[in-house]
Formats: sequence, C-alpha cells, structure tokens
Amino acid sequence: MTEAVVRIAGVTVAREGRVVLEEIRFDVGAGAFVGVCGPNGAGKTTLLRAILGLVPLAAGRIDVLGRPAAERARSGNGIGYVPQRHAFPPDFPAYALDVVRLGRLHQREGRAREQRAAEEALARVGIAELAARPVGRLSGGEQRRVTLAQALCASSKLLILDEPTVGLDLPAEQEFYALVRSLRDELGLAVIAVSHDLLALAGAADHLVCINRRMHVHGQPEDVIHSHALREAYSCEFDFLAGEIAHHEGRTHAHRHDPDAR
Amino acid sequence: MLEHAFMQRALLAALGIGVVCGGLGFFVVLRRLAFVGVGISHAAVGGVALGLLLGVPPLAAGGVFGVAIALGIASVGRKSRLGQDTVIGVFFSGAMALGLALASAGRGYPQDLFAYLFGNVLAVGPRELVGLFVLAAVVAAGLAATFRAQLFVAFDEELASAYGHRVGALDALLLVLLALTVVIGVRLVGVLLVEALLVVPAATAALWATHYRARLALSIALGAGAGALGLALAWQLDLAVGATVALVAVAGFFVTLALRRS
Repeated sequence: MTEAVVRIAGVTVAREGRVVLEEIRFDVGAGAFVGVCGPNGAGKTTLLRAILGLVPLAAGRIDVLGRPAAERARSGNGIGYVPQRHAFPPDFPAYALDVVRLGRLHQREGRAREQRAAEEALARVGIAELAARPVGRLSGGEQRRVTLAQALCASSKLLILDEPTVGLDLPAEQEFYALVRSLRDELGLAVIAVSHDLLALAGAADHLVCINRRMHVHGQPEDVIHSHALREAYSCEFDFLAGEIAHHEGRTHAHRHDPDAR
Repeated sequence: MLEHAFMQRALLAALGIGVVCGGLGFFVVLRRLAFVGVGISHAAVGGVALGLLLGVPPLAAGGVFGVAIALGIASVGRKSRLGQDTVIGVFFSGAMALGLALASAGRGYPQDLFAYLFGNVLAVGPRELVGLFVLAAVVAAGLAATFRAQLFVAFDEELASAYGHRVGALDALLLVLLALTVVIGVRLVGVLLVEALLVVPAATAALWATHYRARLALSIALGAGAGALGLALAWQLDLAVGATVALVAVAGFFVTLALRRS
C-alpha cells in the first residue's frame, strides 16, 4: 500500500471559540483527485488552510508527504497551491513567467533552474506563449492557468485548489478541470479541490468529501450526489436534472460519516 | 554652484537620498503604504524632538523612534481587528503630539525642530554625509536581499505564506526600511515633504513601466533626478530646497500623466 500524500486524522479547528471543523478524517493518495464540497461557511477553505499548515489544529493531526502540516508550511516545500481569487491586481508589474517563478522562490535553487522549471510549467498548462505578457492584462482563464503553472512549478506531488473556477464561464471551467485531470494523469499528482460548484466538482473528481463543519458523506461522486446525507449537509433538496456525471463508470456506495461509529 | 564644498555634499546627499527613496518608494506604491510613510515620518518628529531635548543626534533619535513606531504599527496592525490605517492614525498622532509637547516644554530648540520639519540639506556636514550613505547602504542591502520575497507578498500574502515565506517578518522589515528611509529623506525635504520622495517618483514610474525591473530603475532615476534638479533650481531661484525638490517630483508626475493620457 502506498503512503498517503495527505493524511487527515480526526481534525478539529476552532476559531475565536467556535468550532469550524470537527473530526474531519480522510486520506488522499498519490494520483487521487479529491473534491471537497459543502455549503457556504462549511469550513472548506479552513480545511485547505489547515492542510497548508496555516491554521492551528484544536485536535487531530494532518500529515502532508509524511510530515506534520505546520512543519511543512515552514519550509514551503511539497505543495502547489491555487488560492481562491477573482483576478490578479490589474497593474501588478510582472510578467506571467515572473509570477510562475515566484512559486519556486522558497527552494532557493538558483536563477537558471527556477527559470527552466517555470518555462516547463507554463508549457504544461498550454500558455508558453504568454510568458512575457503582463499578468494583469491576461484574461480570467489565462490568469487561472498562470496560477496553476505556478503551483506546478512549486510542486509536482500535491496540488491544492481553492474555488479554482470562480469567475470562469462554463467552457473555461470545464477546460480548466480537464487540464487538471490530464496533469494528474501525466504527473501522478494528488489533487484536492474545494468548490461550491457541486456538479462541476463531481464531474472532475474521483472522490467527493462533503463537509458542513463535520464530514457528512464521502465516496464516489455519483453516489455522494444522490445521497440523503448530501441534502442533509446542504439543508436543502437538489434537482439534478443536468447532473449526469460523465467520467465515472464504476459505482460504489457512498459512506455516510459517523465519527461516533469508530 | 559646485565650487562650494557644501553644495558638493548637498548634491551627493540629494542624489543618495533620491535613489533610496525612489527604490523603497517602489514598494510604498505597490503595497499602498503611502499613509504608513506619512505616519512614520510624522512620528519621527517625536524622536527628533526627544533627541534635541536629550542632546543626542536628532536624526539617530528620530530613526530609533521611527523604527519603534514602524514595529508597533506592524505588530498592532496584525493582531488587532482595527485596520492598519486606524492603527497608523493612533501611533502617528501620539508620537507627533509627544514631539510637539516636548518642543513646547524645552527652551530654544523649536527653530532646530523646524529644520527637520522642512529639511536642510545645505547644512549636511562630511560626517553626516557618510552617515546618510551608510544608512542608505543598509536600506539598499535589506531591499536587495528580500526583493522578490517582498514582491511575492505584494502579489499575494496568503500564497507567499503557503510557500514558507515569513510574511509577518517581511512586513516588519519593510516598515523598518521605510522608517530608515524616512530618516534619510528628512535631511533633504523634511518630515512634511518626505512623502513626496517616497511616493511621487514611484507613482510616476508606475505610469510608464509595466515590469518591476523597469519600474524600479525608473523610480530610482526619477528620485535621484528630482533631488539633483530640485537642488539646482532652488540654488538658481533662491527657493527652499525641500519644497523645490518635491515640486520637481510632482511636476514630473503631472507631465507624465498628461503624456500618458494624450
């Protein structure tokens, strides 16, 4: 059995005395694409920030590439991160290549290697020709690819995406997730993506985890999306008329998460 | 005018001060720290007044005071829920009030204090010139050592944190460098106009250049140019040096604005 790239074991996070995540528990292996969904305020971004080692844990443990998350955060190594954002600052004085190179700055490996890695990453996401363009003048989809290239330049093991398609139209969103899947296949990346767009995430990920403070359900997207626990997490009914999930052929049962059963 | 030794020193000081203010001004404009610059420069008045009262070199006292205020702003600004502008308002008014109170309590030195409020580069002696250049070298070294990390923080603080950059320490360092730059700039244009050198050359450069290297180089050149040209014009027209330097910088900005719009 291969070691998990990310291991989240009974994690609880509290902020200003209020529990925002409780008893979260799942693993992400190499080559897995895990989507984390949940309603607004469910703690999705907090969970990503905990994996990044940027928020303290009240209980439990998160290991990233075999090291505690907070320890990894101090070195900056091992992850590629695409944060939630709408657009780059329009007048930011840097070209796409400069921004991608910043993702590798913490590795302090010298200008030439940094430059080569950044050029490779831009080519992998299909925008090598935009290397010398000011980042603020790129379209939303192009900016998203620049951030993805920066994340790839930083790490080829784990990609963490926070609402990566906010502000993109449907074709650009589908194109973005198709690119992430192909990069995952090509590089064997582990991917964790958070999105409020349940259907888009279900179409892209191999495994869905639905949280609303605690874990409500996890499993393959088709099963999760039709589960009662999902409706419970969102406190509403869904009408999935357009909810065909294209890429999954196999089917297993979704697991309703009950921490007390352990 | 350069046949006089004091004018030679004044020109060297004006060039050096212009270079440092233009260089640090790049980040003042990029990170929208203009009000922080105002706060620190006005707070330095408290230190200068304290120095005059205690008989220690006023610029050294102003520097120590400015650095302490900068660190206070960085610390309280991060920890409190108040916005940084509010925290600056508290610190700067408190420190300036202390300066004015000390000036009113002491006897005979308000005139000296006015020299620091409005600058007096013609009075720079050989030893002070060396001191200014040492301080300028410290600021330049601090900026050069952390330039791209600071650029990353300006681009996205959270992303920089995720990749292991110590954003809090980088912020504090930038404010300390800003405080030292204010102390240097005060000699040329005074507390009340140092903002002109911190903001205007970099703002003018931002109107011309889309890449950080060009913008930084232009900002430095414009800072040095405003210092030298302002000094020469003030000599020819018998005007106050600080005000003339500031007016040259501001005129450059409006000419650029007109040219870029046409």
